[in-house]
Amino acid sequence: MSETSQVHPDYNYKVVRQFTIMTIVWGIIGMSLGVLIAAQLFAPALNFDIPWLTYSRLRPLHTNAVIFAFGGSALFSTSYYIVQRTCQVRLFSDKLAAFTFWGWQAVIVAAVITLPLGYTSSKEYAELEWPIDILITLVWVAYIINFFGTLVIRKTSHIYVANWFLGAFMLTVAVLHIGNSMVIPVSFTKSYSIYAGAVDAMMQWWYGHNAVGFFLTAGFLGMMYYFVPKQAGRPVYSYRLSIVHFWALTSLYIWAGPHHLHYTALPDWTQSLGMVMSIILFVPSWGGMINGIMTLSGAWHKLRTDPILRFLIVSLSFYGMSTFEGPMMAIKTVNALSHYTDWTIGHVHSGALGWVAMVSIGSIYHLIPILFAQPKMYSTRLIDIHFWLATIGVVLYIVAMWMSGVLQGLMWRQVNSDGTLTYSFVESLEASKPFYIVRFIGGLFVVVGMLIMAYNCYKTIRTPKESIADNTASAAA
Amino acid sequence: MSMFWTIWISVISLGTILGCYLLLRWCLSNKIGIDEGASMGHVFDGIEEINNQLPRWWTILFYITMVWGVAYLIFYPGLGGFKGVLGWTSSNQGVLSLEESKLALQRDIDDGNWNEYALQIKYASEKFDPIFEEYAKTPVELLAQNKEAVKIGQRLYIQNCAQCHGSNAKGAASGFPDLTDDDWLYGGSGDKIKETLILGRRGVMPGWFNSMGEDGVAEVVAYTLSLSGRDVEQGLKDKGKVRFAVCAACHGMDGKGNQILGAPNLTDNIWLYGGNTKSVTQTLNYGRNGVMPAFDETLGEDKVHVVAAYVYSLSHSK
Repeated sequence: MSETSQVHPDYNYKVVRQFTIMTIVWGIIGMSLGVLIAAQLFAPALNFDIPWLTYSRLRPLHTNAVIFAFGGSALFSTSYYIVQRTCQVRLFSDKLAAFTFWGWQAVIVAAVITLPLGYTSSKEYAELEWPIDILITLVWVAYIINFFGTLVIRKTSHIYVANWFLGAFMLTVAVLHIGNSMVIPVSFTKSYSIYAGAVDAMMQWWYGHNAVGFFLTAGFLGMMYYFVPKQAGRPVYSYRLSIVHFWALTSLYIWAGPHHLHYTALPDWTQSLGMVMSIILFVPSWGGMINGIMTLSGAWHKLRTDPILRFLIVSLSFYGMSTFEGPMMAIKTVNALSHYTDWTIGHVHSGALGWVAMVSIGSIYHLIPILFAQPKMYSTRLIDIHFWLATIGVVLYIVAMWMSGVLQGLMWRQVNSDGTLTYSFVESLEASKPFYIVRFIGGLFVVVGMLIMAYNCYKTIRTPKESIADNTASAAA
Repeated sequence: MSMFWTIWISVISLGTILGCYLLLRWCLSNKIGIDEGASMGHVFDGIEEINNQLPRWWTILFYITMVWGVAYLIFYPGLGGFKGVLGWTSSNQGVLSLEESKLALQRDIDDGNWNEYALQIKYASEKFDPIFEEYAKTPVELLAQNKEAVKIGQRLYIQNCAQCHGSNAKGAASGFPDLTDDDWLYGGSGDKIKETLILGRRGVMPGWFNSMGEDGVAEVVAYTLSLSGRDVEQGLKDKGKVRFAVCAACHGMDGKGNQILGAPNLTDNIWLYGGNTKSVTQTLNYGRNGVMPAFDETLGEDKVHVVAAYVYSLSHSK
């Protein structure tokens, strides 16, 4: 290992280290919660008759923990790292960076306390009550100032493409969070949305879909644009492709929310427009996938030996798959079958586990040795095992939910010759039970992989500097 | 929707698509001044970028989706108040009351408009209504012996009634009557069951805590339980019997209830809201309000007839 790739003294790695560690911690907690509630769906007794452990309260905690605690920490960590490395300058403000770390952790702890207690605004992915929403806003503004401040004082001539995506993610999430969280508080723990009826629903899904579009897509594309070329040691495939797909993706995503409200009280024109934009969006989404995968041109052989690169490339495959699936599901005729079924859950998890989690995991495996001054991870073999656990787990999960979802959709619409419905809801639930068990097993695979990752990272951080290469050599032997 | 908003929506939505098109065209021709396939010349932390052409198949896909998108917005509603040239609607949107909704639905059916909801209603009523019209000709009591009709009635029951009365129709001790026994609140003839289904019922038991006080209620509870042959304290029961005169107004002197009012029979040890001392005390203290919804709007009389046959068959299956 040459000295140039070692820790650069000018960068603020402290905040990156903090967020990276918390990414792993929240990942394990959030995904374990998911496994628990997945088990509750076929074994309801697992809520132990304790209100705090019921599905209704743990499900929002699971989604908040994996999106904002795990995903959020991963984005904070990598964006602070990327913006420093690609601007060749230390973060704009260390104090603001520390504030975003402790502020964000406080938000998550508040979520862990309030959601099981039943405090909720009842808006999906925005369940936290107004005092926490205000803290989120403060942290986010500090984040934006710090990130863009660093861009302003950069020492490079251009702004690297990863930073376009990260910047778009931060600005849009600020607008979405503030727009959707507008409420009238009636007490410290209760508030009501200022929007009513179909307008409230539209605001909610304008926010909800763009939480996917900007938090879970644009942000992680920023991550991808740094760590894929870096890990592959190859140049980014096409600069022009990155221009087209960046602007097309950001301008089209913001329209796509209404496809969550097909066949509801939302006016026809809004539904149609949301569907049209969702389908066009398919192409720029694939632009990112192409640019990432084609970056590997001339380095495909590295996939055989480098499980970190494998994580990154498989995450792009899942990204391509779910951004094809999403626009298909936005077509009204398909949505008539898929909506309200487990198909939606499968789709979300092919994005969340296949894309978001895998690209984050690959990036963290790249980051940990650099942040803690080691030549490489403690064990490459354990990364390899993690890779297979994660991949098999995600595939089990998605396939189970596809089958369950399509089965539900078909059963719900089945009509007898006399016009009555053939199946009651409970019958469709019974039919889903085997798939719920498979989904649980898939989720378990993913969590076990995360635990192995935590062990591997712990050993990497704790092992004295010189001895890691020897350890891996003996482990492989 | 006013013309302003239609123009506003059209300009920004079509503008977004047009913007994507122009950006795509601009990037297809190499205007950056760097040879195709060469490095852009800037390096970020060791990462270079190549000035490669956009993939051809991807570009074609982009064109196709944009052309399709604009075409869809011409044919279907999407650009604000513009209805689309096909005149398609999903349902009678914009109605403000049930009355308006019915009128709009009937108008769309009569005029043959492309209203998807109206078309489905029309299709379903043409195809399925004759089946139920035929069954409605047979009295409920006789229809209850027609296996096919009872099966259809059960399906309708599962979708519409099981939420409260349970999928085995045994009800629940939280105010949902068991439909499989011979105990009827409002009468168990075919016509009475139909009446209950079509018009719904509202069962009101007043609360007595304010007028009788805690002791008075305890006495009446004791007497009421004794009517069903339950062991109670003799002293309480005797005092309760005197107080029961008030209750007799609805439940009758003998406590056998009154089907005209829907007042339950208190002597059969069947309890609508639970038969332990605590539940009966709760009933007497605070009263109960039972609601059976009306199904004439939801199912219509002919389907109710078939459901009634199923319900009737439950207590006449032997």
